[in-house]
Amino acid sequence: MSVEETLQAQEGLAASATALGTAEQKTKDNPNPQMGEQYRPSLATRILGGGVGLSIGAMIAAFIVGGLLIAVTDSKTQQASQYFFARPSDTLIYGWRAASEAYVALFQGSIFNFEANTFVRQINPLFETLTVSIPLILAGLAVAIAFRTGLFNIGAQGQIILGAIFATFVAINFNFPLVVTLLLIIIGGLLGGAIWGGLVGLLKAKTGAHEVILSIMLNYIAVYLLQYLLKNSLQRPGNTNPISPIFEDNAIFPRIFGDGTPFRLHWGFVLALAAVFFVSWLLNRSTIGFRLRAVGANPGAAKNAGISVSAGYILVMSIAGALAGLAGALQVSGTEKVLNTGVAASFGFDAITVALLGRSTPWGTFFAALLYGAFRAGGTNMQVSTGTPIDLVLVVQALIVLFIAAPPLVRAIFRLPDPAKPRKKSAKKKASQKAVEAK
Amino acid sequence: MKLELRGVTKKFGDFTANDSIDLVVEPGTVHTLLGENGAGKSTLMNVVYGLYEPTEGEILIDDQPVTFNGPSDAMNAGIGMVHQHFMLVPVFTVAENVALGSEATKGVSLDLATTRKKIREISDQYGFEVDPDAVVEDLPVGVQQRVEIIKALVRDAEVLILDEPTAVLTPSETDQLLGIMDQLRQDGKSLLFISHKLREVRAISNDITVIRRGKVVGKADPTVSTNELATMMVGKNVQLVVDKEEAHTNSDTFEVKDLSLVAPNGVPLLKNVNFTVHGGEILAVAGVQGNGQTELTEAIIGLQPKATGSLKLGETELMGKSTKQILRAGVGFVPEDRSTDGLVGSFSISENLILDLFDRKEFSRAATLNRSAISKNADRAIEEFDIRVGHKNDAAATLSGGNQQKIVVARELTRDLKLFVASQPTRGVDVGSIEFIHKRIVAERDKGVPVIIVSTELDEVYALADRIAVFFHGELMGIAPADTPRGVLGQMMAGATYEEALASADFGSDVGTGAATVEQSENNLPWAEGENR
Repeated sequence: MSVEETLQAQEGLAASATALGTAEQKTKDNPNPQMGEQYRPSLATRILGGGVGLSIGAMIAAFIVGGLLIAVTDSKTQQASQYFFARPSDTLIYGWRAASEAYVALFQGSIFNFEANTFVRQINPLFETLTVSIPLILAGLAVAIAFRTGLFNIGAQGQIILGAIFATFVAINFNFPLVVTLLLIIIGGLLGGAIWGGLVGLLKAKTGAHEVILSIMLNYIAVYLLQYLLKNSLQRPGNTNPISPIFEDNAIFPRIFGDGTPFRLHWGFVLALAAVFFVSWLLNRSTIGFRLRAVGANPGAAKNAGISVSAGYILVMSIAGALAGLAGALQVSGTEKVLNTGVAASFGFDAITVALLGRSTPWGTFFAALLYGAFRAGGTNMQVSTGTPIDLVLVVQALIVLFIAAPPLVRAIFRLPDPAKPRKKSAKKKASQKAVEAK
Repeated sequence: MKLELRGVTKKFGDFTANDSIDLVVEPGTVHTLLGENGAGKSTLMNVVYGLYEPTEGEILIDDQPVTFNGPSDAMNAGIGMVHQHFMLVPVFTVAENVALGSEATKGVSLDLATTRKKIREISDQYGFEVDPDAVVEDLPVGVQQRVEIIKALVRDAEVLILDEPTAVLTPSETDQLLGIMDQLRQDGKSLLFISHKLREVRAISNDITVIRRGKVVGKADPTVSTNELATMMVGKNVQLVVDKEEAHTNSDTFEVKDLSLVAPNGVPLLKNVNFTVHGGEILAVAGVQGNGQTELTEAIIGLQPKATGSLKLGETELMGKSTKQILRAGVGFVPEDRSTDGLVGSFSISENLILDLFDRKEFSRAATLNRSAISKNADRAIEEFDIRVGHKNDAAATLSGGNQQKIVVARELTRDLKLFVASQPTRGVDVGSIEFIHKRIVAERDKGVPVIIVSTELDEVYALADRIAVFFHGELMGIAPADTPRGVLGQMMAGATYEEALASADFGSDVGTGAATVEQSENNLPWAEGENR
């Protein structure tokens, strides 16, 4: 993705993020007086509170609409539709064929290629998906953990870039044994991202500036800082392109299954998995997470309970930045083995949708990242083997988010129950049962 | 114009907010709808005003059934409403606010002159003294309310609904409002008045309908005693006076010295406040809302970093410490608004019960929460404080106001305290929970802890106080003994010092003549606001 594209994508996201933010503000400022005692969740929590059913429902709906789009844009289907009223079956058959072939190719490119001759080759797409999902998992966590603290981290993109820059600096300048170098690269990545994210938290806490604006501006700075460095201190000697030297072997994460197999999956995946466990503990089991969640769900109550809201903002943005920075480090020294301007691709923005789809829970984010990794890995295969443009994958991704942002629509389509209502009912029933028992 | 409700029922899902309510408001009368917080009064009014569609039943105007699809229909039918929370645009002038929604126009431009003229006419007719060109946010609350009334009258409202109009007024503003209501009545308007303040209700009403839990439980005559009305309203004889013994003070003190606070816009919020609370006594802080009580409690708990002066708990200086340090120093705090400051609605009941205790060693080890200890703590608190919950892991937001408040109180009383500060501890809480919370507060006092209670409900102040501090415009007007008559406190709330108030009460001025003996016998009713009229 070019710089311009990146920045454009960023603006679009910013607009939607601020829209979410203001909507949230509105519900806060203008509570229905009738609801006085009743709980009125913010838009974010309403999206998050939708449950797994909602995420799956949104996915299915998106695939169906995406399938229709594939069918409509297919040239054979279009031709057949010209004599639709004479033989409608042609249009339908061609449409169905186009959509199903595209999805089969997507599946083959991302999970299991049953047309390949050896098992290793058949299963290779799955490992490719896992490899691609590493940065999505980590950046997704970076967005999710901030989201749970009530912050919109649009800055994962910049944090990834900073992590990659720090890691590259380590990789080019230090020549230690493998484990030591990798450790330094990990620390560098964590540190770079933490600085970039922590800066957002610090400015928000101290000056009240909005984190969305801050992180977007820092994304710009990161993008151009990367370009500058790649033309100067990090540039490959004797090269005029903005690209770093190729990493030495002692600065590259080894492949999990060794070099004898085609699997690119490297040990960074294990680190990403460990990060999921860590964030899961942090959010759900640790006192720090308790603090962060309290700040996110009700800053007023947090303050009254002696929890510092500004410290919470700084802390969570540093942690989020560190996670995204690690994504950058693993990307350069695991997958790409070199630093160029495209290191962050669109991971930082995909991470937002990944976190949304995963309802900002660590494991939800993990599986959502795998799904997006599959889209990424399978999209190319789909384009090559069926001619369906890879853009349709992006459309499906966008549709998923669209459906997730409109829970009542998905609930209406799949007749899912409203999470707020039945829970209350059962609580009431239990309470009345208890009352009866007491009598 | 005659307004009649026949069998009006409003359901929200399973919950019946109004259950077949019948009501007639005759022209030229004030009909009062009396009921506790949460009895369904506001819901009913929103049905009448077209904001909600009734599930069953009908609304009749001059014996003709009508249906409203929104407030504009109701307004066109001649119904005006003065909301509990004013629906005014603060930065607009009075005339602009009144014109809003039914602007008179000349071509495409706004014709405010007509509106101004109408405002002056109405203002003169009823003695409102409202300047059409004043900006609303600069006006006192009482005048803002009159703007709301003007808004309704300009639209030729014949039926006026007043939803708890006195909740935000000082005693003298309340009297003015009652005067205005009387004039409107004499003009032949029909007034539907919603309140739970018995003194006002008895002073102004022609008819009284009492509702409880969404049902009409009876009609009453305004001559009925407050005792009877209160009983109808709450359904049982309420004992608001807590059985408490004389305070046994000890040597523990909490001393506030020269506490001052200035708002960013230069308005002083607290002016040189000085007082001392002793261990084993309850100091109740009375006053109309917004006179510095909120800021006082926030300053004590460290949430007003700009406050100056000294807050000494025993030998410890609290000023300048963080909220966390102050809580650690042994201060228990129940904030005024539980939903924004006391609880995290989406957190479970168990989590809310440790909201400010989670990093103590009994609940966490090596930065990891100790789930079983948290769960046990929840079981204990739910049992001890009789919190009615479905399950301890349900979100706190699913509970009723009373049970939510019990969570906050339970949490704060879990620790060993050196000072207990509670702001509006029973606001929006059902009667049963009020009794319970009051008992716990007194129990804390009897343990020898200094207790500060801030309340705008005088009955609560009388029920709990060993001494009463009154605030007006950020100033402490004085500390009065617990048996000070209502009239004297009322004058202090309007800006008189204790001595001044006492002196004028002795001379028998018309505001709340010191009928102390009568009032004290009335004190065992929650809403009996004195019998001064």
